[in-house]
Parts: sequence; C-alpha cells; structure tokens
Amino acid sequence: MAAFDIYPEYEIVRNNERCTNCRVCEKQCANGAHIFLTDKNRMAADDDKCVNCHRCVAMCPVRALKIVKTNHTFRENLYWTGKSIKEIKRQAESGGVLLSSMGNPETYPVYFDKILLNASQVTNPSIDPLREPMETRVYLGSKPDKVVRDEKGRIKIDLPLHIKLSMPVMLSAMSYGSISYNAHESLARAAAEAGIMYNTGEGGLHEDLYRYGKNTIVQVASGRFGVHSRYLSNGAAIEIKMGQGAKPGIGGHLPGSKIVGDISKTRMIPEGSDAISPAPHHDIYSIEDLSQLVYSLKEATGYTKPIIVKIAAVHNVAAIASGIARSGADIIAIDGFRGGTGAAPARIRDHVGIPIELALASVDKRLRDEGIRNRVSIVAGGGIRSSADVVKAIALGADCVYIGTAALIALGCHMCRSCHTGKCNWGIATQREDLVKRLNPDWGYKRLVNLLNAWKHEIMEMMGGMGINAIESLRGNRLMLRGVGLNEKELEILGIKHAGE
Amino acid sequence: MREGMFRNPSGCAISGIFSKSGKRFSGRQIIESIAVMHERSNGLGGGFAAYGIYPEFKDHYAFHIFYDDIYAKRECEEFLEDHFDIVSFSQIPTRKLPEIKDTPLIWRYFLAPLPAKLADSQQDEGEYVIRCVFRINTGIKGAYVFSSGKNMGVFKAVGFPEDVGRFYRLEEYEGYCFTAHGRYPTNTPGWWGGAHPFALLDFSVVHNGEISSYDANRRTIEMYGYKCTLQTDTEVITYIIDYLHRKQGLDLKEICSVIAAPFWSVIATRPQKEREELEYLRCVFDTLLINGPFSIIVGFEGGMMALNDRLKLRSMVVGEKDDMVYVASEEAAIRVIQKDLDRVWSPKGGEGVIVTLEKGSA
Ligand code: SF4
Ligand code: SF4
Repeated sequence: MAAFDIYPEYEIVRNNERCTNCRVCEKQCANGAHIFLTDKNRMAADDDKCVNCHRCVAMCPVRALKIVKTNHTFRENLYWTGKSIKEIKRQAESGGVLLSSMGNPETYPVYFDKILLNASQVTNPSIDPLREPMETRVYLGSKPDKVVRDEKGRIKIDLPLHIKLSMPVMLSAMSYGSISYNAHESLARAAAEAGIMYNTGEGGLHEDLYRYGKNTIVQVASGRFGVHSRYLSNGAAIEIKMGQGAKPGIGGHLPGSKIVGDISKTRMIPEGSDAISPAPHHDIYSIEDLSQLVYSLKEATGYTKPIIVKIAAVHNVAAIASGIARSGADIIAIDGFRGGTGAAPARIRDHVGIPIELALASVDKRLRDEGIRNRVSIVAGGGIRSSADVVKAIALGADCVYIGTAALIALGCHMCRSCHTGKCNWGIATQREDLVKRLNPDWGYKRLVNLLNAWKHEIMEMMGGMGINAIESLRGNRLMLRGVGLNEKELEILGIKHAGE
Repeated sequence: MREGMFRNPSGCAISGIFSKSGKRFSGRQIIESIAVMHERSNGLGGGFAAYGIYPEFKDHYAFHIFYDDIYAKRECEEFLEDHFDIVSFSQIPTRKLPEIKDTPLIWRYFLAPLPAKLADSQQDEGEYVIRCVFRINTGIKGAYVFSSGKNMGVFKAVGFPEDVGRFYRLEEYEGYCFTAHGRYPTNTPGWWGGAHPFALLDFSVVHNGEISSYDANRRTIEMYGYKCTLQTDTEVITYIIDYLHRKQGLDLKEICSVIAAPFWSVIATRPQKEREELEYLRCVFDTLLINGPFSIIVGFEGGMMALNDRLKLRSMVVGEKDDMVYVASEEAAIRVIQKDLDRVWSPKGGEGVIVTLEKGSA
C-alpha cells in the first residue's frame, strides 16, 4: 500500500511571515503534529497527527496558525462518502474496531431544533425576571401518593429523600480516569458553587473531593470500581448506571496505561491493569434484580440517599422506565444517543439508541398513563447544548437535565473528539501530568459556574416570557411547545402540536 | 407587579356574595353586581352558582343537565334511573328573552345513589356521583351535566351574565351564597357547557384569568383520573381543588398553599413547623401550582373562598358589612349593592379569603 493512502482530514496552515520559530506549538501538541526542522531552521507540520483540537492555534503568540478542513476529496459520491471509504481502508489496515469519542455526530434529526417555545401576548402578561421572583429551584425524588396526618390532624412530613438543586441542570457522570483530576475538581467545585450536583462516574471518588459530598452523586456501575461504604455515604445520591447513551448495551474499558497512581487507588485496582466494566451488571439480569440492588444500596446507606437509575435511550425505553419506577428507584436518568463518551466503538455510538427528545416524551407519557409519574423524577441527558434545550426538555416532561459535553466545553474542550487517545491537549481527557496541568481548576470551575449562571438567566427569561414564574409549572407543559417540519407521528410521540395549530 | 402596571385587555368578571349567618337572600343582588362589570364580558358566556337554594331536597344531589335533543334526554334519563333513585325532576324554569338564543333543553333532577349500585362500585358516594357525571358528559352525546351538588345549583348560558340571570329567573331563588361570572373567552368558543361557573359536586369555581401552567396542571390531574374535556382553566382548577380536598384531605388554607404556593424565599422566613409544612406541600404537589394570572371564587357547602395568584396579576376586592361578605373583580360591583361597607380591602396575592357559615346557622 502507498505510504500516504489516506489523506489527513485537516491541514495545519502556518503563516510563515508571522511565525517566529518560538516552538510553542511543538511543545503544546501532545500529538506531535508540529516539528522543528533544525537543518532548515523553520517549523513544519505533520497533518496526519493533527486532531484539530486548536491548542496550537490558541497558544501561538503571533496568530500564525489555523487549521482548515482539507479540500482534498474523493470523487464525489453521495453514497460512498469519503468517510465510508476511509473507514474501510483503516479497518483493512488494522483489523480492529473503530474507536471514537464524544457524542454521535451523524445527521439524524435533532428534534430540539424542530421545537419552538411560546410567549405570552395580550391575554396574560409575561413576567420580568429582573423585577419579579423567578423560581428555578428543583427537588428530585419520589413523591408520596397520599398525604398522611398524625393524631392531632397535622400533616406528617414524610417526604422521601430528595436532591435539592438551584436550577434544573446537573453535571453528568464523567469518571476520574476518563477525565483528569483537575477536570474532576473543576466539576465538583462548580457544582458546589452553583448549588447543583456533579456525578463521579464509575471511577470512584478521590479522597480530596470528599468535601464536596453534598453536591456529589456517586455512581455504581457494572465494574463496581471504587465502590465502598464510605464512598456511598459521602454522596447526596447514588446512581446505578445501567447504560449510557453513547454506547448502549456495551461496557467500558479504561486501558491499563491510564490506571496509574491515584486512579488505581481510587478505583481500587492494581496499577497497569485494564479497568473493564462489563456490558451488563452481572448481578442484574432482570428488573427484579435491579430492585434488589436499589434496596441493597438503600440498606447500605440507611435509607438516607435517593437512588438514581440511569439507562440509555433505547427502543422500548418507556416500558423499561416504567419497570424502574416500580423498582424502588427515586429518579430515572435517561441518556439519549447524542450523549458523550470518553471512548466508544464508532459503530455503536453512531447507530445504537434513539434521540432523547422522543425517549423523554414517551417515558413521561407512559409514567402518567400508568399513574406513577409522581413516584420518580426524570433526568434527561445526552446532547443538551443550551438553555433552550433545557427549557424544551422540561416542557416535554423532564424534571432536570444532565449536561456533560457542554460542561467540558466550558472547561476548555474544543470537541476534537479524540478523548480515546488519552492525549487531550486541554488537560481534560488525559492523565499525562504535563497535560493535566494545563487545566487550572481555579479557572475551570469559574468558567463552568459562569456558563451555569448564564443558562439560568436565559431559562428565567424564557419562563418569564411564557408567564411562568416557577419551573415546576413548565414541567410537562407541552402546550408551550410547537413543532416545525415534523410529521404526524413525530408530533404524536412528542405530544405537541404543529406550529400554527 | 400589580394590576394596572401592564396592558391587560382580557377581562372576565367575577362576583360573590355570602351571608355568614346563613340568612337567605334573593338572587337579584348578584345580578345587579355582575351587571356593573358588563364591559368585562363579551356576551359569550355568563353564569351563577347559588347555595342553600334547595332546602326541601338538601340531602339529594341536584343535577342540572343540558340536552341537545330529546334523544339525548331519553338516553341520559335511562342512565340516571339505572344509577340513582330519582326523587324529583322537572324542567328548569326559564324566561324567554331575545338576548338568549339557541337554548338547549334544561332539566333538573334530585337524586340519591342506588344503595346496591353504590355498594357494588366500592366507591364512596362522592366518587360514585362524579364517575356518573363523567360518564354522562363523555359518553352520552348531547347530554351535559353542569351542576351536581347538594342544596346548590349552577345556572349558566351563552349571553351576558345579567341576561343569563333574568333568563333563569334567578331572583326567584333564595340562598345564603351566590357567585357569578361574566365571560370574555379567549381560549374556547362560547358554548353553554363552557360557560362558568364550573362545578363538581358542591364545589363551584368562577375564575378570571388565563393560566400559563395549564398543560402542566392538566396532565397532572388527568393522571388521577380526571378528564379535562372542556379545555378551560376553570375546569382544571375545579378538578385540582376537588382532588386536593376530597382525595388528599387538604383543608382550604392548605389548598391555597398548593395552588398559589408562597415563593421559596417567603417560605424560608416562616417558623419551622409552618415552613416544613409549606415545603412539603409545595414539593409533593409541585405541578398543581397554578401559575399565571387568576382570581377565583370557590363556592362550597357552607362557605366561600376567594383567591388570587401569587403575584396578584388580576384585580379582586373584598368588602364586609355586618354578616355579609362581598367579593368582586371591581369595587364598583360591590358598592352597587352595598354602599355602606364596614371594611373593604384588596387581598394579597396567594392569600385566600375563606368565609364559612357561623356555627348554629342554617
Ligand atoms: S507557536 Fe506560532 S510562532 Fe511559535 S512556532 Fe508555532 S506557529 Fe510559529
Ligand atoms: S476532552 Fe480533550 S480530547 Fe476530548 S474532545 Fe475535548 S479537547 Fe478533544
């Protein structure tokens, strides 16, 4: 085979008039895309190694760099796209599964972008969030079916355990190991500052982050890494991870090369050994087994923590959710197919699962049809990009959303989708100390808090426009939504009317 | 934000009169009161609820029913006979008026559930009656039960409220409480059944406003077996009150803390016991919070309640004179029937004004 059978996707363009040969880009690029040619006394680039993470572009002191998508192309063919051809060549070369990271990038419909919001005109007033109270506080958890009174006739305050959030957004599971310590610390501190929750993911919890316990959801996944009783009791809630939107039906794999130092300690596995999370929980082969795990965790923590069960949005998600709602779980988290990941087989990421908008709408409806919607809260995740997505998800029926990718972007991620290489130039999806150092948690957490505050303001603005001053009045309020360019069936599943109706 | 700070061209009118001593008075006053607010209605619906008007049948459910034709009537009466002992029935007396057109057949029945049927149903009496009402309203085409309480009745039609009052000869009834509504529909087309008050058993609601939480409220209450067929705010508010009162056993003050829940910032300032209770109610019934502008008057056996949304986005005034309590969208509607008031005030948003019959009164 020829030496350069596959042409690189991106080209590094250097303005040689500006370049001062300072070699910053060379130092900054963990992929080795920049090389200094000593004999010629100038910089050169290896486009093959570039992942388009923009680290060099951002660090070059004289703006000498830009990355462009190559215009080199295969003979145009709408069916046999360049991507398909390249992937086949790559697999013919390696004989392996294609790996990828972050969420599904393909051109499936984005329902959030085909839904529009309402605003008040004439018949009822909009409310100005700058002048009037606008409540975004959310409580997640199960609600009793019936008010009970004591012998004196006073209401018994027997509210099951709840998570209290200042706004309907939480930071979704990202494990210490898949992301760096500095990234984890940024998430934890941002959650604490913003009055919301972050999620440990399946990698356990670093000792130093125990102090953010009030804002921590501790996850129990199929590998059970880092799970012990102090870990469970330290969180505000416990999440059982049954599935993940980016890779429904398969487990996880953190290569031994990343199991070093504190990560090995936190995960409670020997240094250098691969951390393999099996596809299923081997103690959960059915719904009644799930219920046992829910109650074991409740027992283990003396019934002081609400239990979240997280599932990937798959075809019969409504029936599964209804089973979970009866299993003793307090909260169901549904993760749509756009959900991010540190590493997933590309075919799974791109072809398995369904959009969160449809999954959420049908779960909310099913639970209501069965009269059990009050028994669980619903958290929707997988591709939430903005406050408008949040508002739409809540109007479709979610109590709250999970954000992952958006949070990482606030911390500096440039969506190069190369997390699986472990060489994140922004210090997020890497364990290389020199790279991790690039993310300063003091700075990172503030950026994330800024993002959350900005979204909160926007959410309040949109609520006010609809004449709503408490977030619970938006929940499941589908009359506030209209579809554009959707067919009858899609509208029916979303439970919304078409614009103009 | 208070009424008047923003442009608000939608307007319904509501009015209520209550005698705490239980003294019965004629329906003439309520017609005069609601007539003052003529321009707040647009002739597409008006109605009244009257309490204490059927003392001779006070232990029987009084059904008021609209029929489109005699076939609907026949089918409905068969259903009634199957489920109730019909103690008395008659056409509701009306007066022919040029202003009131397209009159349906309007009949009244005094009913007692058949004991065997009731026992079979394994429901309490209230639930049994409500299920029957739902079955008629959704199952029998052209029949619509618009009043189903004891010793009370709803009278409503398409038209201006003062004409509706004259049409039903309301001045010939005597009761201890009357409420009234003049409608300016923006949501649903004017239809006799869609006029207000909306009532379920002895609870009746008149409402002014357009709530922004409608679909959240509707989808919640439908989960508990109610069917919102009219798609009006009043219907969903009535169901919420019925659910909280009859199924959850909340008293009216607690109901106010759910449907017009105080802001979290206000709850935080309350003494511990009260705070816990308010937090609990707000958490458990969060999607029954009614958001957006409303003022409502709720009539029920032995009492009346007036309530504004928590921002008070709709006007509502309360007046008192001796044992009489008056509530109306505008003070003028009170002054026209009682110039000399002991006290008149504008209740705060979310603050329910609840009046009940004094002990020992009728
Ligand atoms: S960082 Fe910029 S100026 Fe420095 S060597 Fe690279 S391209 Fe040239
Ligand atoms: S986390 Fe790092 S490696 Fe992953 S997409 Fe973002 S910038 Fe790229």
